[in-house]
Amino acid sequence: MASSTQPARNGAPSSGDPSPGPLLSAADVARMVDRMAHQLIERAAAADTGTPDDGTAGLSGLVLVGIPTRGAPLARRLAARIEAFSGVAVDVATVDITLYRDDLRRRGVRALEPTVLPDGGIDDRLVVLVDDVLYSGRSVRAALDALRDLGRPRSVQLAVLVDRGHRELPIRADLVGKNLPTSRSQKVSVRLEETDGVDEVTVTEVDQ
Amino acid sequence: MTTYLIKGARPLGGDPADILVKDGRIAAIGDSLDATGAEVVEAAGLIALPGLVDLHTHLREPGREDAETVETGSRAAALGGFTAVHAMANTDPVADTAGVVEQVWRLGQEAGLVDVVPVGAVTVGLKGERLAELGAMADSAARVRVFSDDGHCVADPALMRRALEYVKAFDGVVAQHAEEPRLTVGAQMHEGDRSAKLGLTGWPAAAEEAIIARDVLLAEHVGARLHVCHVSTAGSVDILRWAKSRGVQVTAEVTPHHLLLTDACAESYDPVFKVNPPLRTDADVEALRAGLADGTIDAVGTDHAPHAVEDKESEWAQARPGMLGLEQALSVVIETMVEPGRLDWAGVADRMSVRPAAIGRLDGHGRPLAPGEPANLLLLDPTARAAVDPAALASRSRNSPYAGRELPGRVVATFLRGVPTVLDGKAQK
Amino acid sequence: MKRHLLEAADLDRDDATLVLDTAAQIDQALAGREVKKLPTLRGRTVVNLFYEDSTRTRISFELAAKRLSADVINFSAKGSSVSKGESLKDTALTLEAMGADAVVVRHWASGAPHRLAHWVRGSVVNAGDGTHEHPTQALLDAYTIRQRLGRLEGVRVAVVGDVLHSRVARSNVGLLHTLGAEVTLVAPPTLLPVGVGSWPAEVSYDLDAVLPKVDVVMMLRVQAERMNASFFPSAREYSRRYGLDARRMGALHDDAIVMHPGPMNRGMEIAAEVADSARSTIVEQVANGVSTRMAVLYLLLGGSPQ
Repeated sequence: MASSTQPARNGAPSSGDPSPGPLLSAADVARMVDRMAHQLIERAAAADTGTPDDGTAGLSGLVLVGIPTRGAPLARRLAARIEAFSGVAVDVATVDITLYRDDLRRRGVRALEPTVLPDGGIDDRLVVLVDDVLYSGRSVRAALDALRDLGRPRSVQLAVLVDRGHRELPIRADLVGKNLPTSRSQKVSVRLEETDGVDEVTVTEVDQ
Repeated sequence: MTTYLIKGARPLGGDPADILVKDGRIAAIGDSLDATGAEVVEAAGLIALPGLVDLHTHLREPGREDAETVETGSRAAALGGFTAVHAMANTDPVADTAGVVEQVWRLGQEAGLVDVVPVGAVTVGLKGERLAELGAMADSAARVRVFSDDGHCVADPALMRRALEYVKAFDGVVAQHAEEPRLTVGAQMHEGDRSAKLGLTGWPAAAEEAIIARDVLLAEHVGARLHVCHVSTAGSVDILRWAKSRGVQVTAEVTPHHLLLTDACAESYDPVFKVNPPLRTDADVEALRAGLADGTIDAVGTDHAPHAVEDKESEWAQARPGMLGLEQALSVVIETMVEPGRLDWAGVADRMSVRPAAIGRLDGHGRPLAPGEPANLLLLDPTARAAVDPAALASRSRNSPYAGRELPGRVVATFLRGVPTVLDGKAQK
Repeated sequence: MKRHLLEAADLDRDDATLVLDTAAQIDQALAGREVKKLPTLRGRTVVNLFYEDSTRTRISFELAAKRLSADVINFSAKGSSVSKGESLKDTALTLEAMGADAVVVRHWASGAPHRLAHWVRGSVVNAGDGTHEHPTQALLDAYTIRQRLGRLEGVRVAVVGDVLHSRVARSNVGLLHTLGAEVTLVAPPTLLPVGVGSWPAEVSYDLDAVLPKVDVVMMLRVQAERMNASFFPSAREYSRRYGLDARRMGALHDDAIVMHPGPMNRGMEIAAEVADSARSTIVEQVANGVSTRMAVLYLLLGGSPQ
């Protein structure tokens, strides 16, 4: 995998600490987003013709599809960084997966979030699904089901800010900001300025 | 015939006394009566009242024996403290001939739990077109004195006038179901705020009041007796009060359910609360209680109306109107009239025994608790309180609007002409 | 949300807003898609139990359920055990035994859905009961108003016609009040219920006086048979006093819209040129009915929040 793979050992307090600060700070998040943006530029180029030059040729085919809630602002940030690095504005979309979930009976109903596609749709585009945390993989499966109803992309890849393991489906991310080995009793929270007023990632124990 | 010594009961709620019941009559009332060989009924703390008389009972036989029979209805009546009930005429066939009223009368005699007094239909088949043979029913073994098309109004004013006049010949009375039919087409509940909200067709108070106003004027004009069934509105009470002040020979009854329940019950759409006339408003309930307290309303009539399950477990509009009443009537009167201090026990005896017996011209009922009088009486535990369980009722039907409701008072014993029909709260046959 | 949707009062302001927002998101998610189907209610069973003919409402609910991938069973009173005398309760127990997750019921008797809700475990959705309520119609109407005018708070709505017999009017008065709109009922006094004074609505007998002051005119169907029961003297007199024709439409302000729950009596309560005008939302109301009912089914059946 092209991303960092080691558990967090950057001096952050362990998750059992009674007064844990964020495991990843705003600066960490910003660095991760920058790195993912660079990697996306490379991937778009590679996916385009297989002859990457300045890294911008394939970007016009790219669509960043955020999965609400936090995947949506994350996709917008990635797009902004890509444009900053390459000068190319890439399409951003959001696809709400609530109506595609398979755990409605257990988790109950929730308010729907918008689904917004680029004007030209997603047919024959390189779709990169963007989400904050990859865990069981069920959200991604629901997103893939939703994409199938929305069009026929040339290929679909997955970018996540945090991969915390414990997959329940044969799904794997193509781009990962950070791998965070966790136990199932822990809760990983990604907070973003746009939705939560602060950029940080925390890991806490959940009382059983 | 067994002799009974009722020990320590309080006649009409007064001082405790012993009551000796012998040969169907009250033989003596006094302190520490001694009667060797008499069966003793311990009645300390119980109140003795004259046996109750209902002017308005639907026993359903003949025709709907699946809902009630003369026997099951009689048992329910005895358990409610009644010694006489008037069986309404809307059976199948209708009680509009001497043959049918004699059949009902005989079934009542055979059951032997209360005196079943048939009511004769005013018009043939309750159709409101021509008079039934009222004289033949009066002269029959059933000795009918109360005539009613109950369930239907005698709406034709000329026909009503003739009926009022005709029954004078044998001291009869027409008991009117006051409902102007043109104003209640399709009516489902009281017309007011709640019917507007619930989308159920309204039954306006004016449909009752208009008929009562007309009929008291007719009764006055021809000098006849008029009885008004199940008065349900404040306006009706006002009209009756006015008519009585003019000397019109009018009497009236109110049902237990109209004393207790309101149209708020309809909000559940549970047809157990569907009844005709419908449950009214709080203001109407208050006026009815006041009218019963001051005697404007003479009597409590149960309008006991058993219905088979399939006639009640349905859509509201599809369900038949009516509710059970015999077994809870006295409890409801205690709750609504006695406990709030609006009627004492003598008042209860007056409205539930003395006056209804007089209206129905019954001999031997509604008499004082005194030596020499027929031993028709009940013993009541006024302190008991229990929730009503429809499954435990003696009626063949289960459509009690009081299901689950806690009510005061329990009838411990009922005596019909000296024979216990209820002892220890249990029917004796 | 409550488990059943029996009347407008089952929805508080948050619930009602959630339904409208959900419908809007569903509309957006399905806009322009080839595959207008979502897997949300796969494996759930929705029964359409119709004791009264209403092809429009039944189809709308059927489409809503099918677009959410529910299995749909249509059970109409005609040609079924119901017409053979089976009671509502027995029918309910039958549906219960078949495992219905939701029962959408249309019934001629007011309160029938309330009774049904006592006898089934699934959710009951009232699709119109007698002269009582029709809550999903009110939801789609509110959705349509919000779509056209951008808001509901403070919107002035005239509901015109046979209020007495109208379940649409009852549901709309309740729901629009919940959502902050101001309702004026306009009808001849004979077609207003005794007790209307207790409703959260103004009452007027004069359509011409009301029209210039409102943002929405909702016309109710008036059955000509009502004149046989003397609710009004003749169809012509009714139409003159309470019908919406082109002249009266001219009294409306520029942004005001005209609604009708259908089916319309053209020439009676509404003139053809009004029904077909740009102010008319009648076609949108039909389309919005599907997405609103999808939202209701999703929110009732999606699973209760833990």
